[in-house]
Amino acid sequence: MKKFRNPLVAGLVAVAAFSLVSCAKKEVKMTSSAPTGNELLVGEVGSMTGGEATFGMSTHNGIVLAFEKVNAAGGVKGKTLKLISLDDQGKPEEAATAVTKLVTQDKVIAVLGEVASSRSLAMAPIAQQNRVPMITPSSTNPKVTEVGDFIFRVCFIDPFQGTVMAKFATETLKFKNVAILRDIKNDYSVGLANFFKETFEKSGGKITIDTSYSAGDMDFKSQLTTIRTKKPDAIFVPGYYTEVGLIARQAKELGLNVPLMGGDGWDSPKLKEIGGKAIEGSYFSNHYSEEDQSPHVQKFIAEYKAKYNIVPDGLAAMGYDAAIVLIDALNKAPEMTNTAIRDAIAHTKDFQGVTGMITLNEKRDPVKSAVVLKVADGRFKYQSTVKP
Amino acid sequence: MKPVRFGFKTLWPWLAALVAVVIMHFVLTDRLDAYFFTILMYAGINAILASSLNLVSGFTGQFSMGHAGFMSVGGYFSAYITTVVLASHADLFADPVLAPLVFGGILVASGLVSAGMGYLVGLPSLRLKGDYLAIVTLGFGEIIRVVVLNVDTIGGARGMAGIPALSSFAWVYGTLVITLFVVWRLIHSQQGRAFLAVREDEIAAEAMGVNTTSAKVRAFATGAFFAGVAGALFAHYLRYLNPATFDFNRSFEVIIMVVLGGMGSLTGSVVAAIFLTILKELLRPLQELTRLDFRMVIYSVLLIVLMLNRPNGLFGTREVSDFFRKKRKGAAS
Repeated sequence: MKKFRNPLVAGLVAVAAFSLVSCAKKEVKMTSSAPTGNELLVGEVGSMTGGEATFGMSTHNGIVLAFEKVNAAGGVKGKTLKLISLDDQGKPEEAATAVTKLVTQDKVIAVLGEVASSRSLAMAPIAQQNRVPMITPSSTNPKVTEVGDFIFRVCFIDPFQGTVMAKFATETLKFKNVAILRDIKNDYSVGLANFFKETFEKSGGKITIDTSYSAGDMDFKSQLTTIRTKKPDAIFVPGYYTEVGLIARQAKELGLNVPLMGGDGWDSPKLKEIGGKAIEGSYFSNHYSEEDQSPHVQKFIAEYKAKYNIVPDGLAAMGYDAAIVLIDALNKAPEMTNTAIRDAIAHTKDFQGVTGMITLNEKRDPVKSAVVLKVADGRFKYQSTVKP
Repeated sequence: MKPVRFGFKTLWPWLAALVAVVIMHFVLTDRLDAYFFTILMYAGINAILASSLNLVSGFTGQFSMGHAGFMSVGGYFSAYITTVVLASHADLFADPVLAPLVFGGILVASGLVSAGMGYLVGLPSLRLKGDYLAIVTLGFGEIIRVVVLNVDTIGGARGMAGIPALSSFAWVYGTLVITLFVVWRLIHSQQGRAFLAVREDEIAAEAMGVNTTSAKVRAFATGAFFAGVAGALFAHYLRYLNPATFDFNRSFEVIIMVVLGGMGSLTGSVVAAIFLTILKELLRPLQELTRLDFRMVIYSVLLIVLMLNRPNGLFGTREVSDFFRKKRKGAAS
């Protein structure tokens, strides 16, 4: 008899669990799809946990700041904006589930996110299929907005960032030979490296060596030793800050005293912590500079500092811009329908964002400038602005 | 385990299940809320993965940590066929008659490619035991991922986008029924008793004349076949593949499902796969309420509690059918 009871109990537990699951689900559905008379729901998908959590948090902070500001000023057309943020743990399939939930359960009018292109690419077909406008703050892969006419971005794309650094290297720094050290596991890094190579070689430069590492590596000495034998003027390392910091340190240890160059993946205070003195004198392209003295940038920095007590990084500025582009479009849209909001976003022209003047082209990508920063005296010094 | 005879008496529940799947397909598709539908699809795919891994880990006793690797082989192979090779024949997938035939063929092909990989990996490594095998399969999964990262035609690190949406409810759950049927038939056959013998005592099995390596390789390749099919279904549902999806964490997720459900219980694998897939989503509102990321913490705590209370998994080695049989016996006596 006892033997018989155990599996039965297990079965009952399973059945109970399932009925609980279905009950709980119904409740969720009821509360979330309840009509919100005075609220406009906007969804956000971000990596609040996982390997790129600092990016996710910065973006989230920027978006929250923009929403609080507009709500304090009376909201959009008398309605308050409500943000629903979902975590995707940095996984594409989780991002797809999260955006499906936002679109079908919470019935959001627009989606903001994701930081990384790999997640945005998983989200975009779902947003497009459900005809909900989606604005990604910082997915630079060109393919993201190619998914359809409901997908927008407020950052420049990989080709442009690679081109900017190639231009800067040839025109300003007068470099002739550059080595590339790319993160082979990272779509973003591979994209930047490819476009840098193309532009740099077109303008007469020479890529002396094109080698790679994998995100998570700790030791780069073998690659750096090979690079040293080629005697380049600089090394283009379009990776993320953790590895870049380590690479800078190990390059110095090997007596490789050349500047490093990179993209917006460098943009974190952690870069200086990890790289220390070794990273000084290196250049990277970014969306904005906190040293930019334009009033709108300084105003944003002051407000951000007042709320979070830290200086905003580029991703916070991008998140903020994505949010204000959406808010601007909501204000301009004649009615709150999918297509009206989409058209309003698409018509964004000469809009003053923190990261520059934003005009969306017919590919739903912004035409805007990039800044080049130099790591010097423990901070990111503004060098120049490169126009498209 | 008693041998099960092949005949209508044992076959009808499976046929009924297939018919039910087809009916459910027409009832649910486009009617069920897309969010629940997504969860349902992931649950089905996870159930295929868990029950196929159960054949290797639960019934044959070989601890494999490379299931995500086989999944990515199937996923990438099928996606390559549909998005690159058949790119100029996109109208093929709009045809109501041809599309299922072509997609069915692609599913079987990706399973076979994956099974071939399983055979290649299994042949040398299944001579190893326990921990060593685990490490070899773990290594295999990582090798596949790094290879995919470096192949540009399938997207490399950028991932593969623009895969046509071909997976439907009927495909996923039809495959699940077939997977369960094949595994169930297999373990009740002469082959399957060789698997079980290997699990119980390898030396004794060998002494009784079972070719243990061959039995293990067969179980491994069969498991890999269905993992490959699951990967293909996954690719054509999410419509985007990224190598990061198939890292060893993915393998662990499947192992957790098998262990939680019970090593050696197909019912357990299916229930655990569905339960864990839903649980992750169920904890979302909690995160929205508390504004803190407790989701994964609670998920882990639940796993610990379940394993402490039921160390053999929810079902141990029992199946749903056992309950019916016992009941009938109880009534007769």
